Amino acid sequence: MTQAPPPDVVHRHAAWVRLTHWLNAAAFLALAVSGVAILLALPRLFWGETGANGAPAAFELPMPVNLEQTGWGRNLHFLAAWVLVLNGALYLVAALVGGHLRRDLVPTSDQLAPGHLAREIADHARLRPARGREALRYNALQKLAYLAVLLLLFPLMVLTGLTMSPGVTAAYPELFSLFGGRQSARTLHFLAACLLVLFLVVHVAQVFVGGAGNLMRAMITGRFRVPPEISKETFAGAPDA
Amino acid sequence: MRDLSRRRLLAGSGTLVGAGLLGGCDAPALSRLATPYDWSNGLTFAVQRWLLRRQPLVREFGPESISAVFPTINTTDPDNPDYRRSRALGFSDWRLPVGGLVERPGAFSLAELRAMPARSQITLHACEQGWSAIAGWTGVPLAHLLAQVGLKPEARFIVIRSVDGWWDSYDLFDALHPQTILAYGMNGGDLPLAHGAPVRLRVERQLGYKSLKYVSAIEAVARVDGLGKGRGSMVAELGFPWYAGI
Repeated sequence: MTQAPPPDVVHRHAAWVRLTHWLNAAAFLALAVSGVAILLALPRLFWGETGANGAPAAFELPMPVNLEQTGWGRNLHFLAAWVLVLNGALYLVAALVGGHLRRDLVPTSDQLAPGHLAREIADHARLRPARGREALRYNALQKLAYLAVLLLLFPLMVLTGLTMSPGVTAAYPELFSLFGGRQSARTLHFLAACLLVLFLVVHVAQVFVGGAGNLMRAMITGRFRVPPEISKETFAGAPDA
Repeated sequence: MRDLSRRRLLAGSGTLVGAGLLGGCDAPALSRLATPYDWSNGLTFAVQRWLLRRQPLVREFGPESISAVFPTINTTDPDNPDYRRSRALGFSDWRLPVGGLVERPGAFSLAELRAMPARSQITLHACEQGWSAIAGWTGVPLAHLLAQVGLKPEARFIVIRSVDGWWDSYDLFDALHPQTILAYGMNGGDLPLAHGAPVRLRVERQLGYKSLKYVSAIEAVARVDGLGKGRGSMVAELGFPWYAGI
């Protein structure tokens, strides 16, 4: 089956996706920086309800102790958390109702075929981005990473964050049972944050692999230049063919 | 006397929801929306007032949960000379003045507070620094003491001062909550010096910095914008939100 080649330039991301993407990026950066500022007051992690200096820790982070950064740290953390939660809720509702989630983020059956997945993993290992028609959709590994961040890690961050709130837990003490206590929630909040930072590092690295100028423009203005397919002759002459 | 105070308490709790939900706009969390932080902290306050509108109690634990380690921070031995003298006398001359917008201002001795109906609660204390610990507290509910002196209808906030100069304010929604107590006992014994002897406040639905140690005076007021820099508490002047339910 032959398909017509895609146009050179396409309109790729809807305006609401671009807007919520950048608001989320700004909120996440603010949360990461202020989160570290708060953590410096007690860079030790515990399991259960209680934990303090002088009590045994599950593990200690190699960070300097600094008690003076929690004032601005907490204010910025909760401001950014509100932006992230409200923006994220809008995004999720729009993505569910408008079909973005099902259409663009859930892997298709052909993408989940073992052969296809194996090829994707090999392409990722060689830092070889998709070209032509394949470049117009997210690849399966990318989709699974986005779904894990959207549906697992961010909800986990919000819920473990709320478990550290004495006001919210007075209304919903079930949160303590869900995570095994306030300090367990704090530890899980930190671990999930590490995974989100890891995602961010890989995400940004992939932007550079795929062409930073083109991908950044696509996420800012929506205009995406489709990388042309490599012709059979070029492909046969390529050193790794 | 018990009946009278109970009736006053019920009347007080009837106005709680109104004070918290409708008239909350003069609370420091909402009265001053100058910076983005004021807006996000105000949003937190408003949402939590709604979540807590039925005045739930925080969890209480059994004595087996009491923490071996309960840190003491900030002032742990006030150097105020009057306090030192009183402490040397076993706080026998210590008095807690309760005044402001009340019908019968008074000064209560430790023995008088101990003679009032007591409440014991084993709760989780969460510090803004990140640590948490469980301890048992015994004391008189602030609502009972305020019923004794008779809050005037125009009283909207309770200002509490500490012997170390620290001060904070609480709207009636939190001040009259059943678990808001003036604690003179900790883990079955007298309140230790480093934990705020002879009497400290417990405000269980907010971070530890709202639970003032070394309570030295209680005053009922209509507004708090004339106190200090007008932000409702001393910590608010240091950059921490007045409302600490986070």
